[in-house]
Amino acid sequence: MTQLILEQALNGLQFGLMLFLLAAGLTLVFGIMDMINLAHGSLYMVGAYLAAAAVAASGSFVVGVLLAVAGTAVLGALLEMTVLRRLYTRDHLSQVLATFALILIANEAVRMVWGDQPALLNPPDALSGPVELGGFSYPAFRLLIIAVGTVVALLLYWVVACTRVGMWVRAGASNREMTEALGINVKRLFTLVFAAGAGLCALAGAMLGPLLAVQVGMGESILILAFVVIVIGGIGSIRGALVGSLLVGVVDTLGRALLPWLLRSFLPGEVAANLGPALAAILIYLLMAAVLFWRPAGLFPARG
Amino acid sequence: MKSLLEITGLEVAYGQSQVLFGVNLSLAEGQVATLLGRNGMGKSTTLRSLCGLSPAPAGILAGNIRFGGETLGNWTPDRIARAGIALVPEGRQIFPNLNVRENLVAFAANRRAVAQPWTLERVFSLFPRLAERQANMGNQLSGGEQQMLAIGRALMTNPRLLILDEATEGLAPLVREEIWQCLARLREAGQTILVVDKYVERLIRLADQHTIIERGRVVWSGSSAELDADHGVWHRYLGV
Repeated sequence: MTQLILEQALNGLQFGLMLFLLAAGLTLVFGIMDMINLAHGSLYMVGAYLAAAAVAASGSFVVGVLLAVAGTAVLGALLEMTVLRRLYTRDHLSQVLATFALILIANEAVRMVWGDQPALLNPPDALSGPVELGGFSYPAFRLLIIAVGTVVALLLYWVVACTRVGMWVRAGASNREMTEALGINVKRLFTLVFAAGAGLCALAGAMLGPLLAVQVGMGESILILAFVVIVIGGIGSIRGALVGSLLVGVVDTLGRALLPWLLRSFLPGEVAANLGPALAAILIYLLMAAVLFWRPAGLFPARG
Repeated sequence: MKSLLEITGLEVAYGQSQVLFGVNLSLAEGQVATLLGRNGMGKSTTLRSLCGLSPAPAGILAGNIRFGGETLGNWTPDRIARAGIALVPEGRQIFPNLNVRENLVAFAANRRAVAQPWTLERVFSLFPRLAERQANMGNQLSGGEQQMLAIGRALMTNPRLLILDEATEGLAPLVREEIWQCLARLREAGQTILVVDKYVERLIRLADQHTIIERGRVVWSGSSAELDADHGVWHRYLGV
């Protein structure tokens, strides 16, 4: 039993870290520009497809992932400069409609280029097997995801918390006008943030690709989770995105694995079998509701 | 004396309603000037337009703002700031999610390579209280400390012109006096300053030039001695 819990906790951590890669960009975009970008999930999808193509072409997983990250970052910057920039001053409804259109366009574009079948993205051969972790075996590739996620999270945290660029980003998130009045070109800063966010999306897509399917529509389901994360964490806060991601990742994964079993211990078998999965599926929304009840602005609000 | 700032015939509107009807103001390097008038007469709008903040640039209907020999026109706020105008805004606008030290170093710059630039150390020696609180977040400060931080933050950009909107509003008398003394020291150091406040008597001691605005128009301007001599002006336009 402990082994199952431990394994699921690691899975939760791994999923949470990948969620963080998505949520980090999303929360900054939402926080600084007050912009709801539904197309964030499309960048995740495009990143995964680019990774699959680049890994196949180069024969190297590392080279493929790096190419996908760079390519998606450039794509993100272009998207920001051509389309999204025009939406900042619009209301949220216009932003939702326009970026929803971008999702449809991205999905069709990917279908046209790569076809209906899911793309094949395999983990590197050296990491395709399990490793022994003090008594139980755990997939080596999932450990790599945890390692990459941890390193990137720490790096991102360092950039945002300790560098001047990070201070500008935080300042811009809490008071854009004052940040500009102190000499920072927030427009250009934002293109940079958007490109970085797109690159992180691609990294998450490339790392999760071998575990989940690389297919059209993969961005939408994870986008909803990413929004839950940033609402829980506090919009515009990187620290909030990290804590929220880990919470959602662990609660969702552990909930799905353990809740049916927990319910069986005090409910009749049939009720538990029906209720368990249903309850597990809405667990993170219950978590979000609870957080919003006690902390309406999220755990770490960026605007004080 | 060559003027650093030259505002001529500035007309500004918020959407349909015009609030400035031809404001003129000029300020020489090293001078301290004030902008006076009752609330809602257009002082803040003048300062905001100067910094490129809304309703500028779209709201600027007519007029000209020249700074350091260049016409600001429809420059963005960040470009104006980099040209050397630093704002201490109404309500301080300290970044609540940055600590005191970060609020200062984030925007530090010495774009005109002045010989003795403002540094963290110099700001801390001007406001020792900020040094004690450097690890505190912006939203944990008292009003006076926030104002000191807002001034320090502006100085860290080594501006040619320092603008203060409602420099001592909402501060306790002792803290207010501390801010006045700080401004006097900046003046001695040769800093050009444009300040909005309502304490006329204190401003007469601090500043060289005064401009009074009434319903978006300049109705009086002159030196400290002239303003001191004509208390009728105070009653008519400032309600003192």
